Amino acid sequence: MTDLGLKATGLKKVFGGLTAVDNVSLEVKRGVLHALIGPNGAGKSTLINLLSGDLVPTSGSIYLDQREIVGCSPDQRSRLGLGRIYQQTSIFPSFTALENCRLAAQSRQPHALNPFRRAQAYPSVMREAERALNIVGLLERARAVAGTLSHGEQRQLDIAMSLATRPKVLLLDEPLAGMGAEESVSMVALLRNLTSEHAVLLVEHDMDAVFALSGVLTVMVNGCTLATGTPDQIRASPEVQRAYLGSGRHG
Amino acid sequence: MLFVLGAACVALIPLTGAVFYMQLLSKIMILAIFAMSLDLLVGAGLVSLGHAAFFGVAGYVIVLLSPKYQAASLWLTLPAAMIISAALALLIGTLVLRTSGIYFIMVTLAFGQMLYYLFHDTKLGGGSDGIYLYVKPELKLAGSRLLDLEKPLHFYYFVFGIMLAVYFLLRRVFASPFGRALAGLSVNERRMLSLGFPALNYKLGAFVLSGALAGLAGYLSACQFGFVSPEILSWHYSATVLMLLIFGGIGRLYGAIVGAFAYVLLQEILANQAVFGAMAKHWQLGMGAVIVLVVMFLPSGLTSLLDRFGRVRLAQQSDD
Amino acid sequence: MEFFVQLLNGIQYGLLLFLLASGLTLIFGIMGVLNLAHGSFYMIGAYLAFWLARGTGSMWIAIPLELAIVCVLGFILEAVFFSRLYHRNHLHQVLFSFGLILVFEDLRSILFGDDVHGVPVPELLSRSIPLTSNLSYPVYRLFISGTCLVVAAGMYVVIQKTKIGMAIRAGSTNREMVESLGINIRTIYRWVFAFGVTLAAFAGMIAAPVSSVYPGMGGQILIVCFVVVVIGGIGSIKGAMVAALLIGIVDTVGQVLVPEFSGVAIYLLMAALLLWRPQGLFRVA
Repeated sequence: MTDLGLKATGLKKVFGGLTAVDNVSLEVKRGVLHALIGPNGAGKSTLINLLSGDLVPTSGSIYLDQREIVGCSPDQRSRLGLGRIYQQTSIFPSFTALENCRLAAQSRQPHALNPFRRAQAYPSVMREAERALNIVGLLERARAVAGTLSHGEQRQLDIAMSLATRPKVLLLDEPLAGMGAEESVSMVALLRNLTSEHAVLLVEHDMDAVFALSGVLTVMVNGCTLATGTPDQIRASPEVQRAYLGSGRHG
Repeated sequence: MLFVLGAACVALIPLTGAVFYMQLLSKIMILAIFAMSLDLLVGAGLVSLGHAAFFGVAGYVIVLLSPKYQAASLWLTLPAAMIISAALALLIGTLVLRTSGIYFIMVTLAFGQMLYYLFHDTKLGGGSDGIYLYVKPELKLAGSRLLDLEKPLHFYYFVFGIMLAVYFLLRRVFASPFGRALAGLSVNERRMLSLGFPALNYKLGAFVLSGALAGLAGYLSACQFGFVSPEILSWHYSATVLMLLIFGGIGRLYGAIVGAFAYVLLQEILANQAVFGAMAKHWQLGMGAVIVLVVMFLPSGLTSLLDRFGRVRLAQQSDD
Repeated sequence: MEFFVQLLNGIQYGLLLFLLASGLTLIFGIMGVLNLAHGSFYMIGAYLAFWLARGTGSMWIAIPLELAIVCVLGFILEAVFFSRLYHRNHLHQVLFSFGLILVFEDLRSILFGDDVHGVPVPELLSRSIPLTSNLSYPVYRLFISGTCLVVAAGMYVVIQKTKIGMAIRAGSTNREMVESLGINIRTIYRWVFAFGVTLAAFAGMIAAPVSSVYPGMGGQILIVCFVVVVIGGIGSIKGAMVAALLIGIVDTVGQVLVPEFSGVAIYLLMAALLLWRPQGLFRVA
C-alpha cells in the first residue's frame, strides 16, 4: 500500500478578477503531518475547499491514491477515502455523540438506504462509531447530547465523525480554534496519534502546535506557495520570517 | 399514552351513529395523512409549496379511471393512483431538487401551479368546473364485496386504518438509516456530503415517498367528496397543509394529526354563523390571524406544549 | 402589425412584472426574507387606486396618497413582524406571509366585496395613437411602460452610484461593510422593505385601469413574479429585468399564438432553465 495519500499539482482558482489560489502543488503522505500556514486571506481555506471538492479548480489536478479526483463531488471524494472537518464545528447538536458517529459510519454501509430497519440495529455500524469515539477519547461521553459537550469536545466529536468513515486522508481546518490550554493539549496528542494511520493536512494558526506536530510545512501567501520544507527549514527561511513569522509571532 | 387514548376515542366515535361526525373525522384523518407525508419532507429540510399537486393528481386519477356509473376496483385504482403520484414526484423531484433553500420553495410552487393550469385550462379533467365521481370504488375479493366505501362506516374505518398504517410506517422510516440520514441532511447538508452521503438521492427518495403518500390522501379525499377540481392542486392548499403542520408541531408525526384536528375544528368554529354571524363568511381572516400568531409566538406547535411535560421527541431519537 | 401590438403589450406586462420582481428580489437579496404576501401589495395598490380614484376623482392625487399609505404600512409590518423573522427559517417566513395573504384577501372582501371593478383611465392619457387604418395603441399602456422604465432607471442610478446602492449590491452577506459605511442596518432593512412593497403597490396602481381589480389578482401575479425571480436569479435586479421582459413577451405572445398552453408556457421555460442553470441567469454573491 502506497504511503502517498493526496497529491495536488498546479492548482489554480480564479474568482472573477481575483486569483485566490495560484499554481499551488503539495503532497500529503501517511505518517508525516503536513501543515499549511499563512496569514489570513492567503488562500488556505480556498485550497482546502478545492481539495475536498467544495470548489472546482480553474486548472490543476488532484490525486487521491494516484486517482484523479478533480471531477468528483465532495461525497464521492469522501467515499474514495477523503475526510474533512470544517472551520465551523459541524456536528449534529440534537443527537448524542454516539449517534453522530453512528450516522457518519452509516455512510459506508450498503444498507444505508434501507427505510425499514431501525438504524441502531446494525452492530457493525455501532462498532465503527464506538471505535471512532474511542480514538478521540470521547467514549465515556457517548450518550451525552452533542450540543451539551464543551467546545473542545465538540471539535473532537467532529473529528470522530470523519474518522468513522475510515478515511485515508484527513483535511483538518483549524481544529484548535477557540480552544483553551488544556483542551489544546488533548487535541495535539490526538493529532499526533492520527498521523501514523492517516495522511493528514492541517491548517492552523497555533504556531507552537504546528511546529511540534508537523513533518512538512507549506507557507502560503497571497494564493502562492512561499516555501515548503521541514519545520527547521521553514523557521530558518528569511523570506518566511519576513512575510509571516516575524519575531514574536508564535501562536 | 395520550395517543392511545385519542386513537381509542376515534375508533369508538361511530358507535354514536352520528354520520356528521364520522364524515368530519374522516375528512380530518385524510388531511392528517396528507400532513404526515409533508412532515416527512419538511423533516428532511424540504419546504415544498407544490405538494398539493401529488394530492390532486391522484384524485383526478381515481375519478378519470372510474367508469361512469359503476364502482371501480380499489385493488387496481389505489395502487395506480399512488404509483402515478410517485412517478410524478420522481419527475418533478429530479428537476426541483437541483435547487435548495428559497429557490426550492419557489420552484415547487411554480411546478404545482403548472399542474394546476394543466387541469384548469385543458379539457383533461373537465377544466375549471371539475368532475364528479359518481360511484365510489369498492374492495372485492373472490366475488364478494369486502368494503363498500359508499357506507360512511366502512369509509370511516378504512380511512382510520390507513391513517394508523401511514403513521406507523413513517415512524419506522424516521428511525431507519434512511430516516436518520434525512434528519442529518436537514441540519447540515454540507457536513453530510463531506461524510460521503449522496444527498440528492436521499432527498429524491423522501420526495417520492412523500408524493406517493400525498397521492394516497388525495385518492381518499376524492372518494369522500365525490368531486375533484383544479383547486385541490393549488399552492393555497399546499400552504394550508404546511400551516396545519406547524399548528401541530413539525417532526413528530402525531403533530400532523393534532394539527389536522386543530385546523378543521378551528375552521368549523370560525365559519359558524351561530357564533360569528355575518363575519362567518370571512373565516379566513381569523385563520390568517391565528397563523400569524402561531408563527410569532408558538412556532413549535401545540405538541411542543406537551414537551414541557417531558415527552421525548421523535426527531431527536437517540440510541436507546 | 398585430404582432407588433402584442409585442408592445408583452413588453408592458414585462415591465410591470419587473417592478414587482425587483421589489421581491431586493427584499430577499438583502434581508433573506421570502414574502409571499408581495402579491397582496399589488392587489392593495390596485384596490387603493380604485377607491381613491373614486373618492378624490383624480388619479393624480390618488397616486402619491396611496404610495404614502403603503409605505407606512410597509414600515409598520417590517418593524412589528418581519424584523423578527430574519433569522427564522424559511418555513416560518412562508407561513407568516401566507397568513398575511389570508388576512388581506378577507379584508379586501369585507371592504370592497368580491366583484370585478373597472378603474377609469385618467383623462389626460385616455387617447390612442393610430398605428394603421384600423389599429391604434392606447397611450395609457405606453404611459405604464414609460413609468416602469423611469423607475428602473432611477433604481439603476441609486444602486450603481450611491453608498446605499453599494450596500445593496454587497447584499446581505456583508453586514460589516454596510455598517462601516456609517449606515444603520436596521434602518436600511426597514426602508428596503417599505420600498419593495411600495413598488409592488405602485405596479398595481398603474396597472389597475388596464387589468381591473378583482379577487385573486394578487395570487395570480405572485406566481409569475416568482418565476421571474427564479429565472433572473435571486438578488439580481438586472436578472429581474431580463427575466421579466422574457416572461412578459412569452406569456403575452403565447396567449395569442397558443392559448391552450399559454398558462403552462412560462413554467416550461422555468423548467428548461433549471436544467441548465439552477441558480438563475444572473447570480449575486
